[in-house]
Amino acid sequence: MLWIPAGLALAFLVLPIVALVLEVPWERLLELLSAPEVGTSLALSLVSAVLATALSLLFGVPLAWVLARSGAWPVIVRRLLRALVTVPLVLPPVVGGIALLLLLGRRGLLGQYLDAWFDVQIPFTMAAVVIAETFVAMPFLVLAVEGALRAADRRYEDVAALLGASRWVVFWRITLPLIAPGVAAGAVLCFARALGEFGATITFAGNFPGVTQTMPLSAYLALQTNPDAAYALSLVLLTVSIAVLVSLRDRWVAGVTT
Amino acid sequence: MILPVRAAAVGVITLALNGCATEGGTALPPGEGHLNGAIVVFAAASLTDSFTTIAGSFGEENPGVRVTLNFGGSTGLAAGILAGAPADLFAAASSETMRAVSDAGLAVEPTVFARNFLAIAVPEGNPAGITGLADFADPAKRIALCAPRVPCGAAAARVLDAAGINAVPDTLEEDVRAALTKVELGEVDAALVYRTDVLAADARVDGIELRQAAGAGNDYSITRLSDARNPRAAAAFATYVLGPKAQDLLGEAGFEID
Repeated sequence: MLWIPAGLALAFLVLPIVALVLEVPWERLLELLSAPEVGTSLALSLVSAVLATALSLLFGVPLAWVLARSGAWPVIVRRLLRALVTVPLVLPPVVGGIALLLLLGRRGLLGQYLDAWFDVQIPFTMAAVVIAETFVAMPFLVLAVEGALRAADRRYEDVAALLGASRWVVFWRITLPLIAPGVAAGAVLCFARALGEFGATITFAGNFPGVTQTMPLSAYLALQTNPDAAYALSLVLLTVSIAVLVSLRDRWVAGVTT
Repeated sequence: MILPVRAAAVGVITLALNGCATEGGTALPPGEGHLNGAIVVFAAASLTDSFTTIAGSFGEENPGVRVTLNFGGSTGLAAGILAGAPADLFAAASSETMRAVSDAGLAVEPTVFARNFLAIAVPEGNPAGITGLADFADPAKRIALCAPRVPCGAAAARVLDAAGINAVPDTLEEDVRAALTKVELGEVDAALVYRTDVLAADARVDGIELRQAAGAGNDYSITRLSDARNPRAAAAFATYVLGPKAQDLLGEAGFEID
C-alpha cells in the first residue's frame, strides 16, 4: 500500500527537475552561457562561496569542537548553545538578510560605528555577499563536524595527551585527521548552501552585476525578461548541486547524522 | 534555493470584505450591479498604497466582491501573467510592460488611468547633502536605482541619459519599493523612485522633484485580462479605477490625473 504515496513523493521530487532539464534550450546553451554577465556572476558566486566556506571552516570547526566537548556543561546551556547555532539553518534567509542589515547596515547596531569610525560600509559590497552566505551556510558545517567529533574515538586523544602532546598538537595532529571526512562533508554542504544563497544576499547585499549579483539572483531576475537564460543558469546551478551530491556519496550519512 | 522574496516582503493583501453581502435583499437583476466572487489584481509596486485604499473603497461599494492584490515590479508581474498566473486585472507602471501583455493578446482594453513622475528620494534630513541628479555620478555616494528592466529603472535610465549623467549605482533593485526601502533604512544616500513613493514614505524620506526633467514621466494603465475568471467584477474594478473616487485618491497620492 505504501508504494503509491512513496511513488508520488518521488515523482514530486523528481518531476520539477525533469521539467527544467526538458525546458533548457540546449541548442542555444553555449551562446546563452557565454554571455559576459553569466561569466561574471558565476565567478562571483564561486569566489564568494569559497570564501564563505573558508570562513566557516576557520570559525565553525572550533565552534563544533566546543559544542562536542560541552558534555560537562549544564544541560540548559548546552541546549541553548545548540539552538543558537541551528537558528540560521531554520530561519527564512530573507529574515537573515534583514537581521544582518539591522546589525551591519549603515544605521545598524554595529554598522553605525563601522561607518562613523572607520568609514566602512558593508551592504552592497562583495563582503556583504560573503557574510550573508556564511551566516546561512556555517551551521551546516558546524553540525556535520560536531557529529563527526562525537563519533570519533577519544582514546587516541587521551593517549596522545598521556604521551605529552599539548592540547593544540592533539587537536591538530590527532583530532583533525580523525574527523577529516566529516569536515570535508560539512565543507561541501556548506559550499553548496552558500552557492545557492538567495534571500539573505538580495536583502543584505543588494543586486549589482559583478559585485553582488550571484548566480541565483541572475537566474531569478532573468526569468522576468529572458526565461531561456534563466533555464540555462538554473541548469548550471543544478549541475553544481549534483556534483556536490556525487562528491559526498555516503559521507552525508556518516558525517551528518549521529 | 529560490524564494519568492516579494511575496514574503510585501505579501498578498487580501481584503476580506465578504459576509455583509445582502443575499436576496436587493431587487437588482443579475448582471446589473450585483457583483460577487473574487478578483485578483496584479499591480505595480508603486501602486501599493493607492490600490490598497482603492480596493478597500471598491469593496465597500461592492460587498459581494473579494479583491486580492498582488504587488510587484511590473515586468515580473507581466512575466507571471504571460506564464499563466491567475489574474483578472493588470495595472502596469509603464506602457512597455503593458504592451508585453497586450502583444500576447491577453489584455482587454488597456486604458491609461494615471501618470507618475520620478523623484529623488533621500533619507530624512538628507545626510549626504544630495542636491540633484549630478550626485548620481559621484562614486562616493551610495546610490540605489531600479533595475533597468522594470519601469522605474527604464525611466531612470531615460532621465539620466537625457541629463547626460553617467550614474554609478551600488544596487539595482527589482522594484521601486525595494529601492525606496533602501532609502528608508538609510542604507543609500539617494535613489530614483516615483514622487508618489516619496509622499507615501513622507515620515522617513525627503524628496527632490524631477517633474521638469525630460523622460521622467510614466503612463500607468490598467486592463482586464482576457482569461479573467471573473470578467464582470474585473470590468467593474477597471471602471472604478477610472472613476472620480479612485481618481481623487490617486491624485491625493501624488499621481497626475486628467
